[in-house]
Amino acid sequence: MTTETLVPVDDALTRYDPVMGLEIHIELNTATKMFCGCPTEFGAAPNTQVCPVCLALPGALPVVNAKAIESAIRIGLALNCEIAEWCRFARKNYFYPDMPKNFQTSQYDEPIAFDGHVDVEVDGETYRIEIERAHMEEDTGKSLHVGGSTGRIHGADFSLVDYNRAGIPLIEIVTRTIEVPGDKAPAVARAYVSYVRDLIGGLGVSDVRMDQGSLRADVNLSLKPKGSTTLGTRSETKNVNSFRSVERAVRYEISRHAGILDAGGSVLQETRHFHEDTGTTSSGREKSDADDYRYFPEPDLAPVSPSREWVEELRATLPEPPAVRRARLQTDWGFTDLEMRDTIGAGALQVVAETIEAGASPQAARKWWLGEMARRANEQGADLDALGITPLQVAEIQALIDAGRINDKLARSVFDGVIAGEGTPEEVIVGRKLEVVSDDGALGEAVDRAIAGDPDAAQKIRDGKQAAAGALIGAVMKEMRGQADAGRVRELILEKLT
Amino acid sequence: MTDLTRLSAAELAARLTRKEVSSVEATQAQLDRIAAVDGDIHAFLHVDAEGALATAADIDARRAAGEGLHGLAGVPIAVKDIVATKGMPTTCGSRILDGWIPPYDATITQRIKAAGLPILGKTNMDEFAMGSSTEHSAYGPTRNPWDRTRIPGGSGGGSAAAVAAYEAALAIGTDTGGSIRQPGALTGTVGVKPTYGGVSRYGLVALASSLDQAGPVTRTVLDAALLHELMGGHDPMDSTSIDAPAPLVVSAARRADVKGLRIGIVSELNGGGMGVEGFQPGVMSRFHEAVELLTSAGAEVVEVSLPSLEYALAAYYLVMPSEASSNLARFDAMRYGVRVPPAGADDPSAEQVMASSRDAGFGDEVKRRIIVGTYALSSGYYEAYYGSAQKVRTLLARDFASAFEQVDVLVSPTSPTTAWTLGDKLDDPLSMYLQDVATIPANLAGIPGLSLPVGLAEEDGLPVGLQFLAPQKADDRLYNAAAALEKLLEDKWGGPMLAQAPDLEVAR
Amino acid sequence: MSEPVKGISRADVSHLAGLARIDLSEAELDHLAAELPAILEHVAVVQQAAGDDVEAMSHPLPVNNVFREDVVVPCLTPEEALAGAPASDQQRFLVPKILGED
Repeated sequence: MTTETLVPVDDALTRYDPVMGLEIHIELNTATKMFCGCPTEFGAAPNTQVCPVCLALPGALPVVNAKAIESAIRIGLALNCEIAEWCRFARKNYFYPDMPKNFQTSQYDEPIAFDGHVDVEVDGETYRIEIERAHMEEDTGKSLHVGGSTGRIHGADFSLVDYNRAGIPLIEIVTRTIEVPGDKAPAVARAYVSYVRDLIGGLGVSDVRMDQGSLRADVNLSLKPKGSTTLGTRSETKNVNSFRSVERAVRYEISRHAGILDAGGSVLQETRHFHEDTGTTSSGREKSDADDYRYFPEPDLAPVSPSREWVEELRATLPEPPAVRRARLQTDWGFTDLEMRDTIGAGALQVVAETIEAGASPQAARKWWLGEMARRANEQGADLDALGITPLQVAEIQALIDAGRINDKLARSVFDGVIAGEGTPEEVIVGRKLEVVSDDGALGEAVDRAIAGDPDAAQKIRDGKQAAAGALIGAVMKEMRGQADAGRVRELILEKLT
Repeated sequence: MTDLTRLSAAELAARLTRKEVSSVEATQAQLDRIAAVDGDIHAFLHVDAEGALATAADIDARRAAGEGLHGLAGVPIAVKDIVATKGMPTTCGSRILDGWIPPYDATITQRIKAAGLPILGKTNMDEFAMGSSTEHSAYGPTRNPWDRTRIPGGSGGGSAAAVAAYEAALAIGTDTGGSIRQPGALTGTVGVKPTYGGVSRYGLVALASSLDQAGPVTRTVLDAALLHELMGGHDPMDSTSIDAPAPLVVSAARRADVKGLRIGIVSELNGGGMGVEGFQPGVMSRFHEAVELLTSAGAEVVEVSLPSLEYALAAYYLVMPSEASSNLARFDAMRYGVRVPPAGADDPSAEQVMASSRDAGFGDEVKRRIIVGTYALSSGYYEAYYGSAQKVRTLLARDFASAFEQVDVLVSPTSPTTAWTLGDKLDDPLSMYLQDVATIPANLAGIPGLSLPVGLAEEDGLPVGLQFLAPQKADDRLYNAAAALEKLLEDKWGGPMLAQAPDLEVAR
Repeated sequence: MSEPVKGISRADVSHLAGLARIDLSEAELDHLAAELPAILEHVAVVQQAAGDDVEAMSHPLPVNNVFREDVVVPCLTPEEALAGAPASDQQRFLVPKILGED
């Protein structure tokens, strides 16, 4: 479907410098919607969390959720932003069937938070990302497209709309343009989104789940020829649903833009959609004069004027800044710089921390998340927190290993079972019959058979060459299909032969 | 036997309290009156006889059981069709909402129901309250009970005509640029636009959010005060509702004393200019006579100027359509309303169906204002139009603030003319807009205004209204001054002005 | 402050109708194109009223910080929510096919 000429990223970066902008939408985890008292449960039956306000019935009026304002201010402070002394909501007017009022209540030139920054680390280098603004707005409903051959939006015969999500509070965080060395740009984009996820997750104001849409990233990208100061035309890529995809989207757009520019063409200013399966983007909708949103101050809502006392009270509730937290965790965990960097780079800081909190040792937590889990995440193209296994479950499995009930090899099968939805680790062990055999009777018989089957090795052990026990242990493990307690097997062999 | 439909709400309430009459009798009398005259007047779009009688019977039973009731319990009321009423059609006079039945009540509807007033039905109006004549209703015009060839004013012509024709003693109106006060003036009734934020807007279908305000439509000042008190007060569902005790309007209406009251005549509305060809002579003579009466009763009258009034009409006809263009965007035939697919399109998209439904569902005036509002907000024109118009509001508010340093209330004619003939101004929107020149300043500045009938113009024998204006949150001043003037006029006339209205032919 | 264009063309009206999602007929476009210039000329006087030093008034009452607590209140039932819908299916609002993702 794509006819674009793609230039390899490395090649493209010899002639162009990428200029990025990132927009992150955070769905707040308030109990109720932004402007009405409807609940915000994820996954409720369609149109069960709607009222005259969020359905935009004639006559209904919005009232601002105080908790959403509080969360917005805390996010602003965490991003090192200024908090507006006075700001208003504005109406962004455009028609869309899943937006009930046919305007979005948002903020325009008066965001609640502005002029912030965060520092992200990639390969040991720190990059400062400037935050232009963080403003409040509301989510839309969800359309289900029925008919057509693909079930996708084009070619649908009709659509079914559920307004449960309409009106859920969103915070949109907009960066200023990001110009970093081209080869670092994809990783910096990913690191920034990951950093914001950790930061806001730490505030407790959002679930920050990319897979569930409570954190959504748009990637704006343009290229400028090396040495030039003129910005190119940018594309806005939406539907980027994982940290990994943030990186992939940046790479793809660099390749695509370079292809167009190399051929002497001009990049269209348009919305692009990212496709997880192919790692490519496709054209959404061209930006045009038709995008005249006719913003004006929302007359149905009073201005917001947070007192400085309130802002300072909220500042005092902020958790320690991520850099400080990371330093503290590294000391607590005894990680080397390289181990810590790898953990952060894999977007695993939070899951590792939670696994350790749940009782696992730091090295075990790191081993599983950066090894076994990272491999699965990579295979599935998913983020670690979207794998279907929680830090608590990983810690439980490690505890079972420590107790000798399973070994590392069996643990991999337990991971598989938990991810496949077979139940708790305990249930998977029972269901898959994975428990390690440490019963001396059964093991003893197996050891006897191994000794009989390999008299040479047995003799060497009798002669004091204990290293030869490995061969016999291997034979026992093979017979027991890996489910033997290797330590106990060794002990039994030595007892019998020395 | 007394004709119950001629009683004021206060008098009917008193008789109900004394159990001399039942709410069922009073409600039935109003329903009979509606059946008899409304074929001609067309004040109502929907009559709910069954529901009204059920409420009346319930109130009668509760009263008989000795339950403590609201002072107006059992007094029937008519509600403008722009107010959401659960289980009762709410069309705003528009085709696009034909048959829509809200699943919720406006706050004022809740208050009316909680107080036990039987709701007779929903009154006619210009579509989405856009108009000054009620001719822009998709369901046909309302006629003026004083002369059925004439308009009753608008947009709330239905509520005003219902009250003037004794179809109800109480009605709810809404006023964005004069839609309560101007029909009051043109039908010889009392109409009040409270201070912005004084009455909840929750459940009023919005025309212009920063201008809209609901208020009472009645035949006497005291009735208006009683209804105002019932409707008003803080509502947490409306972010622009005033979170403070409401002004004591009933006691002010009972006080009715202008001795020492400082009254300012608005120079710019004293007879001409303002782009209006001039105020009708009969309007001005009734106005001046009324002011003289106030002077004779001890008021101190001076002239004050509101220089920014020159720009008020223009500002209004930018702010109102701008906000309306956005407020009316929700009428897209997706979640409610009449869906009209485009003719000849095979398998049309949602976008096309929205556009065709809005074309078919909205009338000409609504479309005109949506287009003007869209223009005024569009990129490149916002500052020049919408932005400048909002600045005019600041200037006007300053003018009012300095005027109210000199005087307690301001007065002007409510409308430059008496009721005109149906169809006269339909082809000339600008001339229709100019009729609002005296009423729109109150909406722009958020201050309260009241229109009181002050006699008939000699040239056409039609009602003339005088408008009182007061500072924000001082609605009580309007009621005090208007009740005093009402008493002086009725003493002079020997009875209420409406007694001079022609008897309507009653359908039997 | 941008200088508004004198007059308004039929194409302008058509563009505005698109923004406002109203499928105006040819006759309606003609009519509005003829009518709007006089109205816009009349309202344009607001530009002469105030200078840059005057604040624009967006709210007639100066109130700030009107909030509600984050407490769930009862919703409509799905039946109530869908009662006014021109069409519905599977407890959802049924609308014609949607063009152009956003």
